[in-house]
Amino acid sequence: MSRLPFYLIVAFLLVAGVALSIHRHVQFEVPWTPGEQRQVWEIEAQVNFTADGGSAKVNMALPSSQQGYRILTEHTASPGYGLAFLEENGGRRAEWSTREATGDQQLYYSVQALVAPESKSPEIEPPPLRRDIVWETPYDTAASQVIERAWSRSSDPYTFARELITDFTEERQGENARLLLTQFDRTPLLVRLLNQAGVPAREVSGLLLDHGRRRQSLTPWIQVFDEQEWALFDPRTGTRGRPDNLLLWESAGQAVLEVQGGSDSRVGFSMLSRNQPAAAAVRSQLADDTLLNFSIHSLPLEDQALFQTILLIPIGALMVVILRVLVGIKTSGTFMPVLIALAFIQTTLVTGLVGFLLVVAVGLVIRNYLSYLNLLLVARVTAVIITVIAIISVFSVLSYRFGLNAGLTITFFPMIILSWTIERMSILWEEEGPKQVLIQGGGSLITAVLAYLAMNNPWVRHITFNFLGVQLILMALILLLGNYTGYRLLELRRFKPVTED
Amino acid sequence: MWTTPARLHAKGIIGMNRRNIRYIGRYNNRRLYPLVDDKLKTKLLAQEYGITTPALIGTVTTQFGVKHILAMLVGHQGFVIKPAKGSGGKGILVIERIDGDRYVKPSGAQLTLGDVERHVSNILSGLYSLGGSPDVALIEALINFDESFSEYTYEGVPDIRVIVFKGYPVMAMMRLSTAASDGKANLHQGAVGVGIDIASGTAIRGVQFDRRRHDHPDTGHELASLRISDWATLLRLAAGCFEMTGLGYLGTDMVLDRDHGPMLLELNARPGLAIQMANGEGLRSRLDLIERQPEGVAPEERVVFSQHHFARSSELLETA
Ligand SMILES: Nc1ncnc2c1ncn2[C@@H]1O[C@H](COP(=O)(O)OP(=O)(O)O)[C@@H](O)[C@H]1O
Ligand SMILES: [Mg+2]
Repeated sequence: MSRLPFYLIVAFLLVAGVALSIHRHVQFEVPWTPGEQRQVWEIEAQVNFTADGGSAKVNMALPSSQQGYRILTEHTASPGYGLAFLEENGGRRAEWSTREATGDQQLYYSVQALVAPESKSPEIEPPPLRRDIVWETPYDTAASQVIERAWSRSSDPYTFARELITDFTEERQGENARLLLTQFDRTPLLVRLLNQAGVPAREVSGLLLDHGRRRQSLTPWIQVFDEQEWALFDPRTGTRGRPDNLLLWESAGQAVLEVQGGSDSRVGFSMLSRNQPAAAAVRSQLADDTLLNFSIHSLPLEDQALFQTILLIPIGALMVVILRVLVGIKTSGTFMPVLIALAFIQTTLVTGLVGFLLVVAVGLVIRNYLSYLNLLLVARVTAVIITVIAIISVFSVLSYRFGLNAGLTITFFPMIILSWTIERMSILWEEEGPKQVLIQGGGSLITAVLAYLAMNNPWVRHITFNFLGVQLILMALILLLGNYTGYRLLELRRFKPVTED
Repeated sequence: MWTTPARLHAKGIIGMNRRNIRYIGRYNNRRLYPLVDDKLKTKLLAQEYGITTPALIGTVTTQFGVKHILAMLVGHQGFVIKPAKGSGGKGILVIERIDGDRYVKPSGAQLTLGDVERHVSNILSGLYSLGGSPDVALIEALINFDESFSEYTYEGVPDIRVIVFKGYPVMAMMRLSTAASDGKANLHQGAVGVGIDIASGTAIRGVQFDRRRHDHPDTGHELASLRISDWATLLRLAAGCFEMTGLGYLGTDMVLDRDHGPMLLELNARPGLAIQMANGEGLRSRLDLIERQPEGVAPEERVVFSQHHFARSSELLETA
């Protein structure tokens, strides 16, 4: 059988992979290294609602450039809807409209925000004070007492706001605060009290940016004005100041989402952070929709977050292939190390290793007891799974109690895989002794650690996420490795005695 | 500690990768694997082709059937229970004799009927088979190994591995269980591997834990005088497994029974490479020679061919 077609395929994969990567490098100015870059957040808002059947109108707040962030580009996907961008009361909004809509509706809005520490908030006028606030009894007395208490302990609008909000936090809630909270929502209530005391303030909504998060919602914040200045307060704690990862989504004191002609409306956010050169970030949109843009960046954000991990798996698998074919390391379960390595990415290496060893060690002891119970295999493995879950829960709680938050990440371990590992190791122990357990378990762990180091390398992450062509190159490499008939490294040791005489 | 690829190449040693791609991948059709991976299928097929195997006492296929083992065993002295899809000695229970309600293992350990039933139940639930898939338990008659071997083994039955390539026996070794190997004939567990001359059936060289050995570690008996009786018949049986399975690169495990002579114990579609260590010689030149032979040669002629071309003199005699 001729090997020609095989080498042709490999050559094709290599050429195509390299060409695609170079194309992406040249056309989209994606650099080969992750260095000298700017962080860009891609945020996607997904509006869901159930349409009543008639015409529908959806009005949603949009973010503007602000302190810390510059808005680069935005996109919408809303087939069948007309769209207009409006400026209203100092806030930007999108308005979708349609004549007829029935059933579940989904509208998408995505925005790219460049992290720009030098960016300043635009000048904003303080909102007019609402003088027409009326309280019913007994809330009126409670309100004025709360205000008085905070007033006496403050010197200016900001300290007043701080004192007022802390009086509503869990630990310091007085009788009055508790009474008011039974009737009003916390944030609007606080704004109302501030206004009553003559301090201009309003409720704004912000998004806490966290890489790879999906289905997030906005959190309420209170913007408190002192003349032309303003400061942001956390209505939950009274802390003053804007967290660095907070993007104000709605800052005009309006509703975030208004839907006419529909019910059950809600908006969820997913986000990804990506590093790219600031210049390219601005320009990347120009050629975005050409067919050749084989980039996962054209997918909805939700899926991109998933893909980032998925695209790393071939790297882990390549490590396994190298270690097995070229080195000759034995592992328990062919690709189990890759799954463990994926868990390490979430837990970080040391925590992951310690957690893994603890769970497997305790699991082995308990599994050893289970073997006396004479159970059927499926039942026994299930029992091991439950044991593993119990061990993980206990460790999580213990590490939390001891203030080791890292211990909580232990839940990222794939439990079924762990259980099978324990089961296999335990049988191996019974039949071949602890030495084989060490060899195979150690082999798996070494492989997992090396796979982790490869997958967690910033450069590898950059390359796999930004250049899809690399996958073809990986494929070609793996095909070539699958064709390697030479000796494995460890065989040079194994067969040494034969060459001695 | 380490050798070089060039040296291994010069010795004609075959590595795992080459075995997998060049021989197993090319000569063993995956479709045929079930014939050898399932010991029950192998046994039935062997009967069809007139190749002797240890007598089948019965099979247990359902958890319900576990309770009927006792009835099956009536009239049998020793027996062996094994998973049809097991490998590497996993899940093999050898009972040398039944002593009242006690089942005695070669090591002298005694089991109750409950222990035996639990073992069978474990086999059925797939504990010993690849990937944990449900399995069938085989109960077969105990092999009474040839007296001439009793000096060469500790507890277990010594078996003879013959690599059969395209129907030609190319290399053979005998595996002698030791105390270190816990009575199992697995080389990596410490069994002694003895290279056997294809021409005469006599020992050429011995290794334990990859180191050379001239005697059995437990009995102290020297290996040089080891000679397998009925060698030609054994080779003929091994060679016949090619026609029986259609697999081009095959490891046949043979045993010598005191009363029934050479028998096929099991077949392996992915035979290991340790046989090269036991023989002190690589497989490569032999395999190359066989690859140049035409197809369609009768088993008897193939055995003669191999015996003629692969004759070796013992390294043990010189040194003993
Ligand atoms: N019928 C038998 N009588 C005595 N010993 C046996 C018998 N069958 C197997 N054994 C012992 O068990 C070992 C492994 O059996 P085998 O059939 O080769 O299974 P495996 O595929 O697990 O290697 C043999 O080397 C032999 O020592
Ligand atoms: Mg065997």
